[in-house]
Amino acid sequence: MMRGQLARLARRPWIWSFVAAAVVWAAMEGFTEGQGAGEVLTAALSFATFSVLVGLGQMFVVTLGPGNVDLSIPATMTLAGTIAMKYMDNQDPRIAVGILLALAAGALVGAFNYGLIRALRIPPIIATLSSSFLFLSAAIWYSRGLRIKPPPAFGDFSIGEVLGLPYLTLGAILLSILLHIALNRTIYGRSVIAIGQNPRAARFSGIPVELTRFATYVMCATLAGLSGCLFSAFSGGAALNMGAEYLLASIAVVVIGGTSVAGGFANVPGIWGASLFLFLIVAMLNTYGFGAGIRMILTGLVIIAVIALAGGQKTQR
Amino acid sequence: MTAFVSARLLRSLLPALSLAALLAAIFYLEPRAMSYFGLNLLLNLAVPIALATIAQMFVITVNDLDLSIGAYVGFTACVAATWLKDSPVLGIAVLLGCIALYAAVGALIYLRDLPSIVVTLGMSFVWQGLAVLLLPTPGGHAPGWLLAIMGLRTPFLPFAIFASIGLGFIVHLGLMRSAYGVVLRGAGGNARSVARAGWSMLKIKMTMFALAGLFGALSGLALVGLTTSADANIALRYTLLSIAGVILGGGEFVGGRVSPMGAVIGAATLTLAASFLSFLRLNPDWQIGAQGAILILVLALRLLVTRWERQR
Repeated sequence: MMRGQLARLARRPWIWSFVAAAVVWAAMEGFTEGQGAGEVLTAALSFATFSVLVGLGQMFVVTLGPGNVDLSIPATMTLAGTIAMKYMDNQDPRIAVGILLALAAGALVGAFNYGLIRALRIPPIIATLSSSFLFLSAAIWYSRGLRIKPPPAFGDFSIGEVLGLPYLTLGAILLSILLHIALNRTIYGRSVIAIGQNPRAARFSGIPVELTRFATYVMCATLAGLSGCLFSAFSGGAALNMGAEYLLASIAVVVIGGTSVAGGFANVPGIWGASLFLFLIVAMLNTYGFGAGIRMILTGLVIIAVIALAGGQKTQR
Repeated sequence: MTAFVSARLLRSLLPALSLAALLAAIFYLEPRAMSYFGLNLLLNLAVPIALATIAQMFVITVNDLDLSIGAYVGFTACVAATWLKDSPVLGIAVLLGCIALYAAVGALIYLRDLPSIVVTLGMSFVWQGLAVLLLPTPGGHAPGWLLAIMGLRTPFLPFAIFASIGLGFIVHLGLMRSAYGVVLRGAGGNARSVARAGWSMLKIKMTMFALAGLFGALSGLALVGLTTSADANIALRYTLLSIAGVILGGGEFVGGRVSPMGAVIGAATLTLAASFLSFLRLNPDWQIGAQGAILILVLALRLLVTRWERQR
């Protein structure tokens, strides 16, 4: 009975990201002899929250099929974070509207990206790459290159926690459950998967392919906007380069989490496992006292190794 | 028939026409740029960007994308400014090792059927980490012979123009006119039929990635020859510039349809675009955005030409 359940669990594509995260955590705690194990987990959950938010959006986009990927996520995070912080202007009563503005900015970015892909018939990689130049410039121009601090209440909330669980993480878990249901139990989610498996068959069976793609790009950018806004509050202000590391992170968590890069197969839990894994790797290398150069080399190699072991995309057709 | 030919001609001339239009606009805004010295200043940085663009083009030919080229050019620049100057044998060995590593990345992507975006993003961390280890702070010195090559004073037109044209021509001969070049491009068009015809796809991928490594290293050398010292972050923006250059130059994203001459022209266009915008006295905040806008504009123009082509 027990073994049957274990075997079923082992077949889940997302389980390996959690195993990897646990191994790294154990290796680190072995080194520090268990000191601060809880703090490390809390920090991991806080930082993982931001890559989970962008990873979820990227996962839906990647699931649409080969070639679908959003490279404008870092620029969107920066732009939305800048807009939100500038509007809030250090005043607590303006927080709610500021967050809404960040979400709206994200949604507009997504609509613009989809419009480019559709109107110019160019691959999403090129479309989102070119548009990211525009958004980054807009953010530079709008912020005048200054770091704008978040209102005190927003900053406090973003680092607050209950029983070792950060508020932001709790919110992200709730959102993940909703998106898990959306992916597996709603017409929208099933449409995304169907398009990823075979766009022609999806079109012939009457699925509104273009509407689904539009909704997916808008959702991905909106989540990036939310992540950028929250990250600005968390890190003490919107900075121009704050999204940079999330380009690799958003794609890596999708792939390490067991979602098929060729599209058509996705899962939400893996995003969490992979996000924790990515943070813990960096934390472990820090604990071992490696410098920035070694840390970057090992991070890159670990990501490549995990992807090479997890196996490639299922060849389509 | 003639109309069909002229539409195709227009399509292939589009990159050159964009470059000519941009040059004309610059000369109109700043007539003093129309001199040996002015052109030299404008096009100086075109050589390393063109080399990086050609490197990216090889990878795009086989339907992959290299997101590590900027970090890689930065690392080779650091190698050139340190080891290559102090102990040339070690420097050359390291650069050859880099090219071998590029070929290995190509082999890994092919053998495990991995998405090139993820693998090369991972590699970009590796290259940048290596560069930070080698040169934690900006510094180093370019070898004298590199400075001499990049500072060559050629008759009539600046060295950058001759170098770019020569580069485009050589790669054109190799990739577009040679028998194996046809196979290499065919691998991007229909990998399965090329493999069925008896060619090793593994060898093709490794060749293309090794060529990307070679031209990326040359880009790093050229860059150090111009800047005289290096920095780990010196070329990070080359990743985006090189992709944009290939597309501007008429390269297609999939299907092995690329153009070496076009790629060089695309790189020159992007180099000039930055100067053009500063002559326009455009707010410098919009410099990056304008490059994106130019890319979108050219893609829109290309779509119009293609539509027109179809209607005939």
